[in-house]
Amino acid sequence: MSENAPQRRSLGAWLVVVIPALWLVALFLVPFLIVLKLSLSETVIAQPPYVPVFDFSAGWQGMKDFFATLSFANYATLFSDTLYLATYLRSLQIATVSTLLLLLIGYPIAYGIARAPHRAQSILAMMVVLPFLTAFLIRIYAWINLLQPEGLVNNVLIALGIVRAPVEWLASDTAIYIGIVYSYLPFMVLPLYAVIEKMDETLLEAAADLGCPWWKAFWLVTLPLSLRGVVAGAVLCFIPIAGEFVIPDLLGGSESMMIGQTLWNEFFVNRDWPVASAVAVVLLCPLLAPILYHQHVQMRELEKRR
Amino acid sequence: MRRGLSVFNMTSIALGLAFLYLPIVILVIYSFNASRLITVWGGWSTHWYAELLHDEGMRDAAWATLRIGFVSATFATVLGTLAAVVLVRLGRFKGRMLFSALVYAPLVMPEVIVGLSLLLLFVAVGIDRGFWTIVIAHTTVTMCFVTVVVQARLLDFDITLEEAAMDLGCPPLKAFLTITLPLIFPAIAAGWMLAFTLSLDDLVIASFTTGPGATTLPLRIYSEVRLGVKPEINAICTIMIAVVAIGVVTAALISKRGELMRARARNAATH
Repeated sequence: MSENAPQRRSLGAWLVVVIPALWLVALFLVPFLIVLKLSLSETVIAQPPYVPVFDFSAGWQGMKDFFATLSFANYATLFSDTLYLATYLRSLQIATVSTLLLLLIGYPIAYGIARAPHRAQSILAMMVVLPFLTAFLIRIYAWINLLQPEGLVNNVLIALGIVRAPVEWLASDTAIYIGIVYSYLPFMVLPLYAVIEKMDETLLEAAADLGCPWWKAFWLVTLPLSLRGVVAGAVLCFIPIAGEFVIPDLLGGSESMMIGQTLWNEFFVNRDWPVASAVAVVLLCPLLAPILYHQHVQMRELEKRR
Repeated sequence: MRRGLSVFNMTSIALGLAFLYLPIVILVIYSFNASRLITVWGGWSTHWYAELLHDEGMRDAAWATLRIGFVSATFATVLGTLAAVVLVRLGRFKGRMLFSALVYAPLVMPEVIVGLSLLLLFVAVGIDRGFWTIVIAHTTVTMCFVTVVVQARLLDFDITLEEAAMDLGCPPLKAFLTITLPLIFPAIAAGWMLAFTLSLDDLVIASFTTGPGATTLPLRIYSEVRLGVKPEINAICTIMIAVVAIGVVTAALISKRGELMRARARNAATH
């Protein structure tokens, strides 16, 4: 099975490819095609609640009828309704701003860990990952506790004299940003740490020897060299944040939603499966480029180390 | 350059870790709060844990969650390990780009999209939703995380060990099973743990793929949290945190032992 003996590929090797490949095609790729198809269908009150239903038994004529009834009406609805559009743009905006916030907060942490003594590094990196393993929902719930009107955050702020009266944190964009930064911080810190840790420190020494102040050395040496980690972290955070549901649902206000909530409501509340599918397709479109980039980075790492 | 902790580095690490851990620590402390009001401290008590024991719905949900986690993590580990072997070992084959896209995309794909698409598949195929649909959905997403973990270990693996065995006439499959598999086992165990915790954790995908009689703990917690904060929820969250913490420490110990064994094997080979 090794690289230099590809001709030895046997039935066993073939099975090794086919089993996971079939699983992913059947349960990841095919479902997407169904979403795509459904987004072009019409809503009806029936089970399943959409037409046309694909009918193989109808043969060629059935296929032709099937394609004839597909329509872009759902997309037309989405783009003509300013509410959908506003939600959509808002999601992309929240994803962009929180990715920038994550970079600002995550970079110093990753840098600090990468410059820590070698023995401490793996422990510190592990400590950053650990909260990620405790349930997502629990971490958001923890913040609901803290951000209550009489919660700990307000109590501390009042005790310190920073604010006089309790601040309404919950049901606001601030709460959404706190929740997102809290939940996604490990995804930002780890790729940054991986890149900064590998950086050649003698470059910084050289810069310092030549009289370059530390901030300039950071700007001219460290940051450009860690750009790959910056992009990796940003991609890893931006994509799932754009489609986030739990955080805006539990921490955000009800008057302004994110696109993930729209999809959820169309599906669970309005029971409009075709529109929910159209929302999914529209949400996926701007994410395709970063998703493909993410795959490209993963593959490059793989090829490099093989 | 001095390798060590400057004041700036130390502060950023300390603040970062405090930010990550304080909310969880406070949640755990308040689960032992005697007061019904979650914002007022009324002394230590295990009252809410006792309350949980009598909550049959919560117990059923916990049991369903553990079963789903166990089964889906096991499937995901088998499939994910196979996928890692394909990516690292099999070299180039037709459709490799598509294969890798299918493996890496679920890692970042928004959960609402994955959940919706799987549900539509289940409806189209006509499967009754419940325990097994959640298992299938969780397997699909978590197997990709297993792949990433196992792939990293396979890349570090010294291929010459396996080649030596095959040169001595060992068939490839046997060489893989008797030499490679035991050596990458820590990564496989860590992958299983990761898949298990991700499954315990999932709300969005489970919401789409669940059916009557299959309520998981996150689904239960979510519906309660929407109604407001309750000390019982703090208690159940604390228990979940404890389960995950024990799992993670076990996984860390397993991989540590694996490293020790590898180091010993290396020493034995060189001396």
